Formats: sequence, C-alpha cells, structure tokens
Amino acid sequence: MTSAPAIEARGLRKAFGKTQALDGLDLQVAAGEILGLLGPNGAGKTTTVRVLTTLLRPDRGSATVAGHDVVADAGKVRRVIGLTGQYAALDESLTGRANLVMVGQLGRLSLRQARTRAAELLEQFELTDAADRGVKTYSGGMRRRLDLAASLVTRPQVLFLDEPTTGLDPGSRIVTWDAVRSLAADGTTVLLTTQHLDEADQLADRIAVVDHGTVIADGTSAQLKAKIGGERVVLTVAGPSALPAALQVLTRHADGPATGDEATRIAQAPVTSAARRLPEIVRELDAAGVVLDDLFIRHPSLDDVFLTLTGHVTAAAADTESEQP
Amino acid sequence: MTPAVLAPSGLTSEPALGRAWWAVKDTLVLAKRSIARIAREPEQLMDVTIQPVIFILLFAYVFGSAIRLPGGGSYHQYLISGMFGMSMAGTASGTAVGLCADMSTGLIDRFRALPISRAAMLAGRALSDLATQALGVLVLVGTGLAIGWRIEAGVGRALVAVVLSLLFALAMTWIGACAGMVLRSPEAAQALGFVFFLPLTFCSNAFVPTQGMPPVLRAFADWNPLSALAAACRNLFGGPNPASAVQAWPMQHPEVAALAWSIGLIAIFAPLAIALYQRKVLR
Repeated sequence: MTSAPAIEARGLRKAFGKTQALDGLDLQVAAGEILGLLGPNGAGKTTTVRVLTTLLRPDRGSATVAGHDVVADAGKVRRVIGLTGQYAALDESLTGRANLVMVGQLGRLSLRQARTRAAELLEQFELTDAADRGVKTYSGGMRRRLDLAASLVTRPQVLFLDEPTTGLDPGSRIVTWDAVRSLAADGTTVLLTTQHLDEADQLADRIAVVDHGTVIADGTSAQLKAKIGGERVVLTVAGPSALPAALQVLTRHADGPATGDEATRIAQAPVTSAARRLPEIVRELDAAGVVLDDLFIRHPSLDDVFLTLTGHVTAAAADTESEQP
Repeated sequence: MTPAVLAPSGLTSEPALGRAWWAVKDTLVLAKRSIARIAREPEQLMDVTIQPVIFILLFAYVFGSAIRLPGGGSYHQYLISGMFGMSMAGTASGTAVGLCADMSTGLIDRFRALPISRAAMLAGRALSDLATQALGVLVLVGTGLAIGWRIEAGVGRALVAVVLSLLFALAMTWIGACAGMVLRSPEAAQALGFVFFLPLTFCSNAFVPTQGMPPVLRAFADWNPLSALAAACRNLFGGPNPASAVQAWPMQHPEVAALAWSIGLIAIFAPLAIALYQRKVLR
C-alpha cells in the first residue's frame, strides 16, 4: 500500500456537449504529496477533481484514489476523501457547528466523536466565536474556512481542494495555507487546483500544468522553471554614461546577449550559476568605475513558465469550466 | 499511508445488513438536519400552521354558510376531515420545494462526496416532512375543536384516522420527491402546488360533497385518493359522511381505499424518486 500512488488517473476523457473538458488526462500523486493542479479557467481542473471525487463519471479512462476505482468502488473512495469545492458546500440555515457535526455523522463518526472533532476544527480555523451562529451571517472568508473544516472532519487520507483560496482575504488565506501544510506533514495527500502561481509555488511539492484537458508539464517548481531557462543578472547603473561599461562586463559572463536601456539605466543578461559569478562581476564593475544603484539575480517565475507553456496568461476560454456542473 | 484515526478501518464491501443500518442512520441525520433548519426558520412551518387555520376559517364561516350537506349534519364536522385531505396532499409541494432547493446548492456535492446511502437524502426529507405534518395534525385538531368539531367515534378510531392520514402524507412526499428531482428550480416546485395540488384538492369531496358535481368531474372526484382519505376520516372521527351514499367502490370502502392508495403510491413513487435522484447526480 505504501508504494501505491494515492491518486492515479489514466487517460481520463470527459465531454460536455461539444466541449472536451478532459482530453486524455494522466496524473499520479504519491501518498503524502501535495500536488498543485495549475491551469487557466476552462483547462479541466474542476472536471478532474469532480471525476476523482466520484461526482462525475469519466467518458473514457480510469482513476483510482487510495487504490479504489472511482467508478466501480465509488463508495470506498468516498470513505477516504475530503472535498472542498469552489463554492461553499454548507447549509446556510444551520450553525457552523451543526454543519460540522452533520458532516461528521454522515462520514460515519459517532455523535460524540463528531462533536469533539467539530470543536477542534472550529478552534483551528478561528471560528469558535461564530460557531453557534447561522452560516447565513458569516463573511465570505469565514464560509470558506468552515467549508475547508467540513472537508477535514473525517480526517481524510486524500484531500481535494478546488481553488481553496479564491476570494479569500489575506488572513484567511494564511490560515488555509497553514492548515494544508500541517495536513501534509501528518501524511495526508492533497490535490489542490489553483490559478494562483504563488499559491502553487508556496504549497505544492509538485505541479502539474493543465491546459485543454491534458497535463502539459509536470515537475517541481524548480524543474518547471529550469525548463524555460535560467537566471538573469539585472543591474541599475547610477548614471546613463556608465551603461556601455556595464554591458561590456556583463557580456563577458553572459550565456546570451546582454541588453541595456538608457531610460531606466538597467542592464541585464542571462548568466549560468549567477550567484557564483556575482562577486567577480561586481569586482570587474568596480574596476571599470561603474557605480550601481541596484543589483539582483532574477529567477524565472511560474508566471514565465505558464506563459511559455500555455501561450496565455489567463483564460482565453474564460470561465467555461466553472459553468460546468 | 495516513494513520486515519477516525476513519473506518478495513474497507471491505459491507454486508447488506450493515448497509441498511447506515442507510437508516444517514436518513435520521439528514432528517435531523431538516428539522434543525425549521427550528431556526420557523416561517417554514406556515404551510402546516397558519395556512390550514385560514382555510378552516374561510370554509367554516364564508363558503360553509351556503353549503347544505345531503342527508344533513354539521358542515364544521364535515370540513375538518376534508382539511386532513388537503393538508396531507400539500406535503408534496413542501417536499418538492425543499429537495429542489437542496439540489441547486453546492451542499449536494458535499453529501455526494460522503459515503451516504443513496436513498438517505430523499428518505431524510420525507421523514422530516412527516414530522412537520404531525405538527400539522395537531393544528387541525386544535382549530377543529375551537370551531365545534368533535371526535364522535372514540379516541381509538380517531388515532387510526391520524395514522392513515400520515401514511397518506408519506405517499405524497414521495410524489413531491419525484417532482423535486425533475423540476429545475424551487420556484417551479412552488408553482406545482398551485397548478396541480390545489385543483386536485378542490376536485374531491374535501370541501363539498360530490353529489352535485357534473358526471365526469364527479367520477374523478369519487376516485380521487384525497376523497378516499377525507371520507375515511369522516367515518373514523364520526359525523356526517355523505360519500357513503355514493356507489363508487372507494367511497363504499374509504379506509381500505385510502390505505391501498397510500401503499400503491409509495410502491411506485419511492423507487422512482430514488432512480431519478441517481440519474440526476450521476452524470
């Protein structure tokens, strides 16, 4: 059991009318891993989560969660997963506490266990003060936190989070991130979808980039960044007259063309192992009499990765995915 | 793998008895949920509290003043049994609205990702609507006593009338559950009450004897399940029951007819509702 992947999907396909939401999606997540599913709106992230959580049957392909087939053994899958969808799945008319206790009982805890667990989670998600108020009165951030808490009541082995921090204030976002990290530290497998590259970067052990219903790149954040090129040394000279001298120095260390801009007084160039070469670059600049206002090494961001891989920053097919059931 | 402290261990397939046990537990938890909702929003009870009182007062003192029963007897005594028919039939639209609302929120996804018995969602609702209807019975009895209605045939027979009524209400909740699975919005489910159940109620002997109706309507009314329940209640509570003079079989044996209608409707609509639910949630 330990070596088996916690989540495995093979060739998942799903169409809604003419829209091919999933087009042969493959995925493997090891037990205890946090996988970030990154992609624009309409890429197939939500559909993937719905198939893996037994809410949707794939047209083709198969998937297992904790070793159980999501179609044939859906009941067993439901006993080991937790799900927080894009929209708060709560009973607005009940109190926060009543929601958690109900989910616990439906998740096969005894009433006593469910009550204890609800109290723990309300504490953890800073909802104790509002616990006995109707969810109707909660703010958006409180709802999302309660929704996440609800998916944790049964201590699932595998947790699915569909854009868990969309629409959250920074404080709630940090509470959510901390919760995800501590779950993973306890051995929970987490699959989270996000459009926020910093979120994937912050949380995920590994990132799968999804576009048009397939995984187009897969690896750690560092691996993905390496894929699209290395670091750049970027410097700002004190006066525009020093720019040619600075470019001369950079060119000696660069892997590609060094470029300069007189208006911003910025010179930059791609440099392999930039940190190791930086002292030498600084000594040479000093010897050439170049005075600097600023100097840094720029690492490629996931934004760069995303743009390079998908050819678009945000959704071209805006919001088609979120409209699907 | 995760030390799943509270999760059930050994995920072997459950024996049928175990599944049935969990189905009952899930149903009770979900019924408790619906009742807790009502406790927080008592205005949901208007259907079984204020509305029947208004109808009783309207019919007893406005329409009733012009109605003479064939064979004589108190219209107030006649009316309350008819109100049992109307109230119990009305259960259906409440169920339809409630389920339709549940299906249109994100909450249904939460339930579906939990290991819940597939019938529990519907059965839980049916159970809570039945509990609501039990409160409705108390309102009917209380209002009835206030306007001069009396239990004339003994408490034992009156209790049989109540049990028969609640069984009929249960049958109606399953019809409502089917509607809730088919209709797209709670508003449409609400409208169903007016376009279907209101005419069904009035084309029966609930408020007026069928003797004066045109032949086709009269045949429909005499075979209307609601008429069977109202006539059964009139026999069991005691008092005037002009339907006993009607030759149609259900009017000659209203208790048996009401029981048969209830069981028959449950046998058809409960499995149908569960099948519709399955079809709706598995796409």
